[in-house]
Amino acid sequence: MINYIWGSFIVIGIVFSVVTGNISGINNEIIGSGNKSLELFMSMFPLMIVWSGIMNICKDAGILDMLARKMKPLFKIIFPELDSDDEALSYIASNLTINMLGIHNASTPFGLKAMELLQKKNKDKQRATRSMITFLVLNTSGVTLIATDVIAIRSLYNSVNPTFILLPTIIITITNTVFALLFDRFLWKVCRK
Amino acid sequence: MSISDYFLPVVVFVVIVYALIKKVDIYDSFIRGAKEGLHLGASVFPCLVAMIFGVNILLGSGFITTLFSVVKPFFSSLGIPVEVMPMAIIRPISGNASFLLMTDLIKNYGADSLIGNLAACMQGATDTTIYVLSLYFGSIGIKKIRYALAAGLFADLITIVMSIILMVFIFG
Repeated sequence: MINYIWGSFIVIGIVFSVVTGNISGINNEIIGSGNKSLELFMSMFPLMIVWSGIMNICKDAGILDMLARKMKPLFKIIFPELDSDDEALSYIASNLTINMLGIHNASTPFGLKAMELLQKKNKDKQRATRSMITFLVLNTSGVTLIATDVIAIRSLYNSVNPTFILLPTIIITITNTVFALLFDRFLWKVCRK
Repeated sequence: MSISDYFLPVVVFVVIVYALIKKVDIYDSFIRGAKEGLHLGASVFPCLVAMIFGVNILLGSGFITTLFSVVKPFFSSLGIPVEVMPMAIIRPISGNASFLLMTDLIKNYGADSLIGNLAACMQGATDTTIYVLSLYFGSIGIKKIRYALAAGLFADLITIVMSIILMVFIFG
C-alpha cells in the first residue's frame, strides 16, 4: 500500500514534468530533496531529544500513568482492543495532551514510543493493527486546541484580533476528529468482513 | 506575548518540580530519555528522507497546480473562495508547503479577510496526513497500512467542509 502511494507520487511527478517540459525543475527537486530532509530533520530533531528526556522524567515521576488514568473512560471507547492498563496508552495520552497545546515536535517522541509498544504486541509486523490506525487517525485529524504558529502569522500580518481563530479552530478540530473516528470504525467493520 | 507563550516554561517547570517532590533521579532519567530520543531520531530520519523525496517530486512537477485549475470552475460555481483550494489540496501532503501558502494568502488578502481566516482554519485544525502516516508507520516498519490513509484523508475533507461552513455562513 505504502509502496503504491509513494511510487505514484514519484511516477506522476516525473511523467508530468517531462510532459510539461519542466525537466530542470524536477532535477532540482531530486537533487535538493536530501538537503531539504536534513533541514527539516535538524529543525525538529534536537528538540525531539530534549523532549525525549523530559518525557522520561514524566514517566519516572508517574505523570504519564496519571494522564492515562484520567483519559481511561475515553480510551475504553476509542481503543476497545487495548487493555486499560496497556503501557502504550500512557504514551498515547501524553501525545494527545501535548498535541492539544499545539507543540507538535514535542508530541512526536511520545507518539513514536506508543507505536513501538503497539508493534510489540502485533502478530504481523508488516500489517497495521486496528489500534495503530485509530491512534494515527487521532494524530492526522490533529486535536489542536491552540494553533500557536497560525496565531503568530496572523499577528505578524496585523490582524485586529489574532486569537479570533481559536474558537472556530476548536470547533473544526473536534468535529473532524469525531467524524474521522466514526469513519475509522466504519472502515474497520467493513474491512473485517 | 500571549498566553500560549507560557505553556512550555510552565510544563517544564511543573514536570521538574513534581519529579523532585517524587524523588525521581531527574538528571539520570533525562539522560536515559535523551539517549532513547537519539535512537528514535535515527530510525525516523530515513522515513523523512523518503517522504520528502516523493512529496517534493510531486509538488515540484506542478501536477497539483494543474489539477487545481481543472477543478477550479466547479468550486467557484459553488460560491467557495477558490483562492484557498490549492492550499486545501496540499494541506494533507505537506505541512510546510501549506504553511507557506497560508502565509501568502494572509499577506495578500489580509489576516482578517475571509480567505485569510479560511486558510488559518485549514492550517490549524488538522495535521499533515501523509507526514504522520509515513513517519509513524515507517518508524516501526509497517507496510500494509490498510484503511489508515482513507480515514486520515476523510478528516482533511471534513476540515475543509467545516472551515467553509463556519467561516462563510456563521462567522462571515
